[in-house]
Amino acid sequence: MQDVTIIGAGVTGSAIARELSRLDLDVLVLEKESDVCEGTSKANSGIVHSGYDAKPGTLKAKFNVEGNKLIHELSKTLDFPFKENGSIVLELEEEGRAGIEALYERGKSNGVPGLRILEKDELLKMEPSVSSNAVCALYAPTGGIVCPFNMTIAFAENAADNGVTFKLDTEVKNIEKKTSEDGTNYYRLETSGGIIDTKVVINAAGVYSDVFHNMVSEYKLHITPRKGEYLLMDKMAGDLVKATLFQLPSKLGKGVLVTPTVHGNLMVGPTAEEVEDPEDTSTSAEGLASLFDKGAMSVEKLPRLTITSFAGLRAHEDGGDFVIGEVKDAPGFIDAAGIESPGLTAAPAVGAYVAGIVKDILGASEKKDFIDTRKGIPSMALASDEERAALIASDPAYAHVICRCELVTEGEIKNAINRTLGARTVDGIKRRTRAGMGRCQTGFCLARTIPLLAEALGVDEEEIVKSGNGAYYIEGKIKDSL
Amino acid sequence: MADRKAELIIIGGGPAGLAAAASARKEGLQDILILERDTRLGGILNQCIHNGFGLHTFKEELTGPEYAARFIKQIEDEKIPYMLDTMVIDISEGEGGIKIVTAMNPKEGLFTIEGKAVILAMGCRERPRGALNIPGYRPAGIYSAGTAQYYVNIEGRMPGKKVVILGSGDIGLIMARRMTYEGAKVLCVAELQPYSGGLKRNIVQCLDDFDIPLLLSHTVVDIKGKKRVEGVTIAEVDENRKPIPGTEVFYECDTLLLSCGLIPENELSNKLGVKMNPVTNGAFVNESLETSVPGVFACGNVLHVHDLVDYVSGEASLAGKNAAAYIRGESGSDGYLINIKTENGVRYSVPTTVRTGNMPDTLTVRFRVGNEYRDTNLAVYLDGKQLMKLPKRVMAPGEMEQIILVKAKVNEILKDSDVSEHEIVIRVED
Repeated sequence: MQDVTIIGAGVTGSAIARELSRLDLDVLVLEKESDVCEGTSKANSGIVHSGYDAKPGTLKAKFNVEGNKLIHELSKTLDFPFKENGSIVLELEEEGRAGIEALYERGKSNGVPGLRILEKDELLKMEPSVSSNAVCALYAPTGGIVCPFNMTIAFAENAADNGVTFKLDTEVKNIEKKTSEDGTNYYRLETSGGIIDTKVVINAAGVYSDVFHNMVSEYKLHITPRKGEYLLMDKMAGDLVKATLFQLPSKLGKGVLVTPTVHGNLMVGPTAEEVEDPEDTSTSAEGLASLFDKGAMSVEKLPRLTITSFAGLRAHEDGGDFVIGEVKDAPGFIDAAGIESPGLTAAPAVGAYVAGIVKDILGASEKKDFIDTRKGIPSMALASDEERAALIASDPAYAHVICRCELVTEGEIKNAINRTLGARTVDGIKRRTRAGMGRCQTGFCLARTIPLLAEALGVDEEEIVKSGNGAYYIEGKIKDSL
Repeated sequence: MADRKAELIIIGGGPAGLAAAASARKEGLQDILILERDTRLGGILNQCIHNGFGLHTFKEELTGPEYAARFIKQIEDEKIPYMLDTMVIDISEGEGGIKIVTAMNPKEGLFTIEGKAVILAMGCRERPRGALNIPGYRPAGIYSAGTAQYYVNIEGRMPGKKVVILGSGDIGLIMARRMTYEGAKVLCVAELQPYSGGLKRNIVQCLDDFDIPLLLSHTVVDIKGKKRVEGVTIAEVDENRKPIPGTEVFYECDTLLLSCGLIPENELSNKLGVKMNPVTNGAFVNESLETSVPGVFACGNVLHVHDLVDYVSGEASLAGKNAAAYIRGESGSDGYLINIKTENGVRYSVPTTVRTGNMPDTLTVRFRVGNEYRDTNLAVYLDGKQLMKLPKRVMAPGEMEQIILVKAKVNEILKDSDVSEHEIVIRVED
């Protein structure tokens, strides 16, 4: 019997796993994809929100502000890229400043530190590229940008280092409430990898969290996947703005953000479109075109330097707030459901909160040998010349460049494969090291990454996939079909 | 103190770097170093196993590797030093204009090289899907044509069996034939523009001969398949390159190859502060192929994308010769400065400036037109006086054009002028 089983290895599931790994418990994480961070967590804005946006009193407001503080610390202890670049909400309509003032008040009651209203002069001094239509703005200095992949991966790796088991490529098909002979409750999970019995289930299944919740509860949830499309631009455009620029929602719509990414690209997005298929991450011509137009409202000269576009799904629950806690009619079944924005920011706070609930239910004690730090993969691109020389001295593979655009070496790729929960797919390498994230988008490095993966995994190159079964790259040898 | 020294540092050991090195040596320059990031010399030619190379340079039809071998032999015979598997990560200028190149390789780690002159010969890369804004899913099975070429020709593996190609760049056309030879079915080549982006001879030999349809004014509007490509939707586009509703046709396929343009790989040049031409994405150069940074020269596809390697070799030889002269301190008097302006259908020129004091007896100016032209003329003016008017049957964006400026003729017009700056205009005329 498993103590705790978490469904979903996105940022929420991984953050919960990491907090649970402090306790003396058998913790299992089930993930239907072939890697952690494969759903919503991989395709979002990468923003660490300061917390002015959520309605006071909601779970979103509570966990956002807490999560923001935690990420500031965790980025150091768990070694993932984070930058406190500040957030700016622009008022682009002449008549308005009421909206900005309301947001300021909301932020204050949510306990967001350092909020300030910027008048046009100061705004333009801080962000010279901002649109001349901006009237005023709200400035939130604690807003930040994070690498959503490496944050999720850092949580998962640290959890695994502390004894949590991750079962990838394992889909939960059904959940049944059971009672054992001694009268205690437990859950039986039917998975693609067999039956799992567990005392506690944690539902961190993103856009599928209503499905699992509804298997055990009469109080139904309803999630609508909301698609958000994004444009990612070349690093040449990365210093267009320093802070993350939001637009105040107006009669023209919700607006999009224009932000530098923590790696120095420029990103514009997201759109917001409700879809039925929880796997529909396709982009649309209309969506991509609208992003450019909307982004261009925030800044004077939005360059046409798109290197890629993508879409992610946010799990919007009908109630509009996160659904977090033990389910009323299903003791031992804990929801972390309806996690949409600011879910990435909230994750570590949600993790600590859910771990607290589990601790109470199972009466678990703290581990003495908990390892609270984790070292990330070194980056030759970011290292100083001295650090580079030291890395190369440790392994000459750090001087062998695989991805030219992002300066990622064989050493980093080998590190990504050989570490805890190491990369098994090309996308897994990409998210951990940035190989293929640059302006040529794997044009050059794909054919160099695949052999490294094949060799490390001891398989033929034909077995290597982009992500998950069926995403193969190579279809046999030449002349096979002649 | 730099770890190494070389008078001339050449960045890139592809066709441009090799020809530049051979030419600099012919000029008597001894201390040359070629830095190549791949594990062999020859650059992209190594994977271009089709023939058709060298018609201009050697008057015979060679394959890519054969063409490269001719130049590699010169490098070996002349014992010109080169370093393989070596990535240049920075070029900067030190005191007195010396050039400092930072590079690394697994054998020597991270090191710096000090030089008097640098030749940029880094080549180009392919435009990826993201830059094309093609909507749809992002499955495996979408390759640039060059990546597919690497798989088939170097690794002997098939990147797919049922193929649609977007873009009629030369590599895409070559790969349509290549994939067909190896047993794949190429359904069609779709081209956004109303004209092909590749050479006429490639359309004939790679598509027509294999009954592969070329759909001009068409583009991919959707990609289906969450894991691997399952098909693409192609639609016709109007004169503004916008898809026309109702013209969509679904093609079931497992592979989409992209051949939608090449981009000079100038990240190092940008960091150094070399002034870039936004039309070519390559450096602005003068008659000596010298960039805005004195002693830094550029040639080949990093300067502007060529159709034929023969022209790359010719251009690179000139860069090598001029770099050697620069190192000897022989850049002559500047003379007059001529700015070359392109208009009325001519998109750009290389070079963009000519210092008459450094002009060779004949100077080749290369450029492309922005549209398809039939039965027109190329007219060239110097300070409003017509230098030449060349009748042209066909000109197309996919085929590079050139004119040859004769120094004697230029001097005749400019002689005794007391104005230091002059202008040459190149344009399409009826």
